[in-house]
Amino acid sequence: MTSEPVTHKLMLHFPKCECEKPIIYHLVKDYDLVVNVFRAKVTPEEEGYLVLDVTGTEADIDRAMDYVKTFNVQVNFTGKGVIRDEEKCTHCGYCIPYCPTKALHLSDDASREVAYNEADCIECLACIRVCPYGACTSAF
Amino acid sequence: MKTYEQINDRIESGKAVVLTADEIMDYVDKKGLDAAAEEVDVVTTATFGPMCSSGCFLNFGHSKPKIRMSEAWIEDVLVYTGLAAVDVYLGATQLRHGDPANMYPPGEFRYGGGHVIEDLIAGKTLQLFALSYGTDCYPLRELRTYFTINDLNQATMVNPRNCYQNYNVAINCSDKTIYTYMGQLEPNCKNANYCSAGQLSPLLNDPLYDTIGVGTRVWLAGAQGHVYAEGTQHAGACERTEGGVPTGGAGTLALTGDMKQMQPEFVRGVSFRGYGISLAVGVGVPIPILNADILKRTCVRDRDILAPVTDYSHDYPQKTGKILKQVSYEQLRSGEIEIDGKKVNVGSLSSYYKALEIANLLADEIRRGDFQLTAPIAPLPKNVPMKSMIQRAKP
Repeated sequence: MTSEPVTHKLMLHFPKCECEKPIIYHLVKDYDLVVNVFRAKVTPEEEGYLVLDVTGTEADIDRAMDYVKTFNVQVNFTGKGVIRDEEKCTHCGYCIPYCPTKALHLSDDASREVAYNEADCIECLACIRVCPYGACTSAF
Repeated sequence: MKTYEQINDRIESGKAVVLTADEIMDYVDKKGLDAAAEEVDVVTTATFGPMCSSGCFLNFGHSKPKIRMSEAWIEDVLVYTGLAAVDVYLGATQLRHGDPANMYPPGEFRYGGGHVIEDLIAGKTLQLFALSYGTDCYPLRELRTYFTINDLNQATMVNPRNCYQNYNVAINCSDKTIYTYMGQLEPNCKNANYCSAGQLSPLLNDPLYDTIGVGTRVWLAGAQGHVYAEGTQHAGACERTEGGVPTGGAGTLALTGDMKQMQPEFVRGVSFRGYGISLAVGVGVPIPILNADILKRTCVRDRDILAPVTDYSHDYPQKTGKILKQVSYEQLRSGEIEIDGKKVNVGSLSSYYKALEIANLLADEIRRGDFQLTAPIAPLPKNVPMKSMIQRAKP
């Protein structure tokens, strides 16, 4: 296992009653991870979730995830909470100017098909608000 | 020179030469106009976008005992019952009962008339709730039942206004976000939206209404429908380029078709945040190449079609008539236009991708001999301008 730092995008799902623990603090302090939070909903007495990048060595990330799982937190490595439903999308292209990272873009000029590159999505949720057809939704 | 009969004979024998309005320009450039006019029988055009002026007439058949519905809702969306006993009209922009609309702006408008129409065509089971005052011949006072489109006697779509020949480009010059039927417009001209299939759009390929008129058979969301009248707000008298292409709104078509023959992917409910509900419908219109002039006009390109950029924060609602500038569809499709020296991101409400799919589906139907062309029984008026409302004091 390499000691080079790597970045993983993760989605953490917190069950009820685990929301009040300072888990992210320990990721930084005890496992030497750099965290970058994209979305979070951490409400006491309710379920919560976090979408974040963690940067560190593979070994530290693995140890950190083992630690996280001890709180019954689910770890999702695919990471993205924004889902685009291909069936519902009409490829009008209305969403494109609202997408700040061009994750939603035209695949080519001739067909004008709208494509979604999940890796570029920063989950600002602008597409969910603007799509007239409800093609973009959030997993949360 | 060709006639409708000659073209239909060729369609019937499976020999018709059919191209889409997206392909025809390069074909004519290669072959030459006169040779291509001899060869090509039909050019297919299409559009897919929100058409607020849409709805449908439904007939439920009679309950036992019978009811003369005086108020009715489908999936809690009010339908118009000022018709015969079990006939209703469902409008695309009708909100669902209890929708808070823009009470807490911007409203979401998640479900309304357009979505009921989409669900009907998708074959879903829907709830009908109806009330009546009761009569001797129609005694039932209240009814709740569940139905699909297959249970109905008739389900007829009507689009009193469809296929707008050309349209505004919407922009917002104010300092706060606005929510319009042209979408969400960011302040200080940050973005602009347009809504046309441009060079693929039906009336931009027949700008002087030589072949498209009342009675023209069209492809309406997969069904064979027809133009039943000029569309509402049809205004053939307008500014045009040398090629006859209008530089603003201009002509419209009123369309109708059998919803039982329609495909759900081409009829979609639309929710415009902060504005309301609409319906997106796919339309394909064949243009018979009767002569070289008609062919030449189908060769229009996005760069030759101009649309007026209009400020929807002031000039549109206040009806000042002011236009910021004219831009071409080629510029719009590049995703960026320039307003007052500033770059503005551009989005589209009309799907060129779907329009292209429809133009190809229609072309295939014609090539297979499954879609015959019809000559108009009346032309669309060319010289009628658009009237404004006159707001009078009581005479």
